[in-house]
Parts: sequence; structure tokens; C-alpha cells
Amino acid sequence: MTAEYAAGSKLEKIFKSGQKAVTGECGPPRGADAEHFRHKANYLKNVVDAVNVTDNQTAVVRFCSMAASKILLEMGIEPVMQMVTRDMNRIGLQSNVLGAAALGIKNLLCLTGDHQSFGDHPQAKNVHDMDSVMLLHTVKTMRDEGKLVSGTELQGRPRMFLGAAANPFADPQEFRVVRMGKKIAAGAQFIQTQCIYNMERFRKFMEAANDMGLTEKTFIMAGITPLKSVGMANYMKKFVPGLDVPDHYITRLKGVPKDKVAAEGIKIAVEQIHECLALKGVSGIHLMAIEWEDHVPEIVEAAGLLPRPKVEAD
Amino acid sequence: MVIGESKPLAEILEKVKDLKRIVVAGCKGCVTVCCVGGEKEVAILASELRIARKAAGSELEVKEYTCERQCDPEYIEALDDLVANADAVVSIACSVGPQYIVARYPNLKVFPGVNTTSIGGAVEHGVWKEFCQACGNCIIDDFGGLCPITRCAKQLLNGPCGGSSQGLCEVGKGSIPCIWQLIYDRLQNLGELHKLTEVHLSKDWSTSRDGGLRTSIREELKQ
Repeated sequence: MTAEYAAGSKLEKIFKSGQKAVTGECGPPRGADAEHFRHKANYLKNVVDAVNVTDNQTAVVRFCSMAASKILLEMGIEPVMQMVTRDMNRIGLQSNVLGAAALGIKNLLCLTGDHQSFGDHPQAKNVHDMDSVMLLHTVKTMRDEGKLVSGTELQGRPRMFLGAAANPFADPQEFRVVRMGKKIAAGAQFIQTQCIYNMERFRKFMEAANDMGLTEKTFIMAGITPLKSVGMANYMKKFVPGLDVPDHYITRLKGVPKDKVAAEGIKIAVEQIHECLALKGVSGIHLMAIEWEDHVPEIVEAAGLLPRPKVEAD
Repeated sequence: MVIGESKPLAEILEKVKDLKRIVVAGCKGCVTVCCVGGEKEVAILASELRIARKAAGSELEVKEYTCERQCDPEYIEALDDLVANADAVVSIACSVGPQYIVARYPNLKVFPGVNTTSIGGAVEHGVWKEFCQACGNCIIDDFGGLCPITRCAKQLLNGPCGGSSQGLCEVGKGSIPCIWQLIYDRLQNLGELHKLTEVHLSKDWSTSRDGGLRTSIREELKQ
């Protein structure tokens, strides 16, 4: 079995069996409170196939993604460890890839990371020895050829199922799918997109991905973030670069009584999930319910995606 | 050229607060062009220091001199007589200048009066921008002649990232153009967009500051 899987993670096996995959997300806390993290993660158990663990997202210090991934493994939840190139050079990154593999982590999402000017340490020095594309290529080479960037031979290869992010909504618009293609060429086996609100633009992105043959080379997961409130929708629209939340969603949220806004947000998310899964080339859903993990079971259930396939990782 | 910005007067005053006699040394090179360290700025800073100290009741003797260049030992010699009785030199050259002064006068205090910010150039009257980080191995031809190492906040060689929106970088609150949009536009003009499909692998940074102090040697010019 080993030969047909790059890493033999549950996520990889579900994709390769032709089933739609569902991933969630759980951000480690700003402190050493593991119980809080376990509590949030517990909502996602058996509801999603794997859980992304963010790596100091938005450049805010949190407990590290490798420790959080290990905690998930102990809980019987498969992690997708995120790793950004902002904070470590190639020595640190490769070392962490080896350490993560040694701990049994099998899914790795390679990112460049948000610039530190958005976080809680804008005075920090950033590293950027590599970018996300280089990291993908590096880990692929470590896994498939048993070599570090330097060419040094490894004793024991890290078996990692490699993922990357794609933002179909940033500019230049026509280049977004080409850049995703670069990530795939560099080693990305699955893609998780930025939160999708502009379905028309995502549809065009997927059409281009299909035309370029990218959907035959990789598994694309549509990123969904449920809108918790009108305030959140407005914030996303105004302040998150490249994220356009169409007015009709905001109008819908405004049109229901206050105590029904969250339910309406969930209804919208479920509709979006169905729309995305109906598109050719979409292999799954990446559900980023930011600080709303307790609502994930309800959303996945309402979307008709339960029960999840029973698959064991190698 | 090297771009600099004047240090705040209060910071310089604090550094020389216990001193009686100083020399303000300018440079006729880059800092004259970017208007922070030439003859004119030497005169202005010297006057400001004198006035401030006089107002504070503790007069400061300030001598003025602008070197031909401060990044060449032979032009530092011209300070010999001026510094003979001075407590310190405030150099308003780029940060190379004060280090040359230190090298010539081992027992003299030297303070920088300028913050050296970048290698760049003027883009309009009174505005200078960074264009080069001196990585030591120029590859801008791969990017339409534009430098993403310097001009992309994340130094992406496989950009643009998801923070490029309507031609602007997400860093800088809309004040910084996304260099990757400019690279894209430029390569489109040149009919070379295919270049952007090539995956750039890890760069060798050993030619950059990361490899240790850099020394350039031209054997044919050495004496």
C-alpha cells in the first residue's frame, strides 16, 4: 500500500478513493493552555477528516503548530500541520519537517505566512529565506529523493502529503491559477483556497484550473468561512485584501432578526458548500470556522457530509 | 545611491549633552544628493545644536566641515586639525562615514547624525525609495528588471502572494505598489509572461550579508 500513497494519511486516502474530503481548522491559543485547544478541537473530531493547525496565523504568537498537531494525534484527530516560511530559515524549516514526520504528522501545508506588520510583533525581523513554493519543492525532494536543499542525503525520509494555499480573489486575477499551477509543479498535492464568497470568480478560477489540467494533478478544497455576524461580513469585505463579500450576503444577514443572524450565516455556508462541491474539479471543503469550532458539526451535518468515511492512516 | 534620513535633533543633543566641543562632518557624496548630509545640512545642524545648547545655558562649540567623501580614508585626513581639540564628531554621512572616522581617530568619540535607510534613488522631488538590498547576486532580469527581493515585503521569488489587490501590497496600508503586479505588467509588455511559470528554487544567500562580511577585491587595482 505504501507505494501508492505519498504519506498514507487519512486525508490522502480519502482523496484518492474519489470521495470528497472535509477539513477543519483549529488555531492554537495565545498561551500555553492546551486544555483550551483540546476543547475546541474536540468539536471537530469525527466531523472532519483532518484539522489544519495554524502556524502563528496573522503573525500573532501562539503555541507552535507542531506541538498542537501532536496533541491532535493524541486525541485521534488527524492534523494538517501548517508551516510558514516567515519565521525560520531553511535549516529550521527542514529540521521541523523531519521532527514533524518523526512524530507521525503526515499532512503539511506549506505557506509563506502573513507579514509580521499585521501581527503582535511588528518590530520582528522576518526571515523569508524561502517562499511557499520553495518549501513545497524542498519537502517534496526530502520525501521523494531523500535529500535536503544542500543535497545532503537523509537517513529516513519524511512521508508528507503536501498542501498549499491558493487565493483566487487576489490580483492579477488571470495569474492566480497560474500561480497555483506553480505550487502544484513544486509539489502541492492538495490545495486549500482562501475563503470563497464571490462564487462567480471562484467558478472562473475552477474553469481555468480544469482547462490547464490542474484538477487532474491535485485535489482542490474550497475554503468556506461561515459569516457569524453582519459585523464580520463587513470587516471581511473592507479589511481583508482580496476578499470580496458580495452585498447580497450582507443584505441577507441584515434581513433577519438579530438572534437568527448566526443561523442565516450557517445557511449561507451550507449553500456555498453545495455550490462549490457541484463545480467540476472541487475535491473537498476546507471549513474555516474561526473561533466557531462548536458550530462545525452542525454545518457539516446540514451540508449532508456526515458521516465521514472510516479510513485509517498508515 | 545610499539614502539616509536625519536623526531627530533631540536624539543628537542627548548624545552630545556632556560635551563642549564637537565637529559636524558632512559628505559630498550620496547624502548631499538626498539632502541629509551635505554642506547645507552641516550648517543647519551646527546652528541648531548651537542655538539649542545656548538656550539650555550650556554652550556648545561646533565646527563644520564637509568631506569630499567619507568612504575614502584620504578624505578623512582633512579632519585632522579640526578634531585635534574636539570631544567628538557627529557625522552626517551614511553609516560608512562615521566608521571611517573611527578608524582614523581611535580615541575620539563619533556619533551618527543620520539613519542610513537604503540603497535607492529619487522618485520625485523630496521622495526617495529603496531599490536594492545588495544581495550580491543580481537576478532582476528574471523579473523584468525589477527586484522582488527588495521591493516585495516577503521577498517572494514566486509571487505575487494573496495580498496583492488592485496593484497594491497589503503591507503599507495602500502606499506601496505590489512589485509583483509591476513585474507581471512588465513581462506582459515584453511578451515574456511565460517566465512567471518557472519555479524559482531557493536562492543562495551566501553572497548576501548572511554569508559574513563582504569584501570586494580587484587585484589589478591593488597596490
